[in-house]
Amino acid sequence: MRLGLVIGEAAQGLRRNVAMVISVILVTFISLTFVGAAILLQMQIGQMKGYWYDRAQVAVYLCTSSDTGGNCAQAEATKDQIAAVRAQLDSTTLKPYVKHYDFETHAEAYANFKKQFADSPLASFTKPSMLNESFRVNLVNPNQAAILIDSLKGLPGVQDVEDQRGYLDQIFAVLNAASYTAIGLAALMLVAAVLLIATTIRLSAFSRRREIGIMRLVGASNRFIQTPFILEGVFAALIGSVLAGGAIVAIVQFFVKGYLGNTLGQTTTLVGTQDAWIVVPVLVVLGAVLASLSAGAAISRYLKV
Amino acid sequence: MIRFDTVSKSYPGTSRPALNGVNLEILKGEFVFLVGASGSGKSSFLRLILKEEFPTKGQIHVLGQHVNRLPSRKVPYFRRNLGVVFQDFRLLPQKTVFDNVAFTLQVIGKSRGFIQEAVPDVLKMVGLAGKSGRYPHELSGGEQQRVAIARAIVNKPAILLADEPTGNLDPATSAGIMTLLERINLGGTTVVMATHDAGIVDQMQRRVIELIGGQIVRDERRGGYQTQTIPIQRLEAEQAIGVQP
Repeated sequence: MRLGLVIGEAAQGLRRNVAMVISVILVTFISLTFVGAAILLQMQIGQMKGYWYDRAQVAVYLCTSSDTGGNCAQAEATKDQIAAVRAQLDSTTLKPYVKHYDFETHAEAYANFKKQFADSPLASFTKPSMLNESFRVNLVNPNQAAILIDSLKGLPGVQDVEDQRGYLDQIFAVLNAASYTAIGLAALMLVAAVLLIATTIRLSAFSRRREIGIMRLVGASNRFIQTPFILEGVFAALIGSVLAGGAIVAIVQFFVKGYLGNTLGQTTTLVGTQDAWIVVPVLVVLGAVLASLSAGAAISRYLKV
Repeated sequence: MIRFDTVSKSYPGTSRPALNGVNLEILKGEFVFLVGASGSGKSSFLRLILKEEFPTKGQIHVLGQHVNRLPSRKVPYFRRNLGVVFQDFRLLPQKTVFDNVAFTLQVIGKSRGFIQEAVPDVLKMVGLAGKSGRYPHELSGGEQQRVAIARAIVNKPAILLADEPTGNLDPATSAGIMTLLERINLGGTTVVMATHDAGIVDQMQRRVIELIGGQIVRDERRGGYQTQTIPIQRLEAEQAIGVQP
């Protein structure tokens, strides 16, 4: 009986305020889509970090006959120099940090190079001797690359020591910037959504001020008076957040899995539908909580005794 | 039932208080007229009883409750024991007579069965038995006020407050409303009625409390609208607020 009445009042409010309710739905839809996109981007960054940091190596490039940089003087690294680097990697100081390492010869480097640049004209005039021999080192903890760089960089015959995570960090920086932009936009839109919900509820309360006046006079509890208005705001916001959830799932399904999946192939991991389904409830709860808070604040001034 | 101990009420921005040191007690089952010029404090008095306003000074007890100390969340439950009627009826225009009265009971959580029983009863009592499906704009002023009274008493309140209930009605219709209020009073409900209607007050011969400038200048057991018994007190009060007698 009471519940039916409360829901009936809320439905009546929604009907009377259709235009405002639609605008609330649209604004929450857009803002929560941005929130969802930002969360997905962060998930993507997290996944890529997990995937690539495990594979990222520290490369110790040895001199070729054409190198002038580093400790090279246009002379190929000698066998002794290579052995010295290897000894250093095996030494008690570095050993605890190194998981394992491989030595890449000119021939292997050339084979990799040819594979990577098969379609490029570069491959045809590159000779194996132009490519550096290198140690490929996997670290126990990829964050400790600096130790390796410091201890190996000064050795004779070493052209350069490079932490490959450097390349990744640039990619992550771009993705991070994108997700912060999305969060910034989302925050602005959410402020707009909250204010719009408050205004809508205030309008709705104003159009029913006679009823509210009588309810207060005859002793309806505050909770009874405010619940229909809060439900009204929450209902509108819920529709918006469900739409946003749908948009997020669609983005993952059609853009990430469909388009990006086809273009990037197996080169990296991408967020999947199961990640999108984690984001959807977050959006729905966020929408409902924000709406009930702002509607509750808006209606409270009509309830002062 | 209702007790005021040196109650004063000042509104911000005005130096003269709306009520000034009011002491009075209204007993169970009494019928009390509250008379006085506009701005003499009648409405403030009623609003203080309802706890729509908070007294600046003094203590108010209503129905054994210390109204000053009543927490906000208990105010709705306190108000369920009070019925209120206004000059402008305050009916909901898009609801029928039945629904206007039923609304009161719905919002305080009464069951459907109770409503189906209580509303026709009270409509019959106020003389609107055949009109429960009408809308307020289809009714005369007197009938609308009867709906408002039905709404005020359907929950069987111990006190009925009426703020100039006959202010918008012609004398004949007013007399009908007064008969109704008298009948409600006979049923044991305390009635406090603010009015400007001298004819009604003179005819009913009930307790009359007269306010001038927020002070009680007269409290007569069986009074009329005007009185000659205590002219001096009236004069003093009028001089205090600068009214030419």
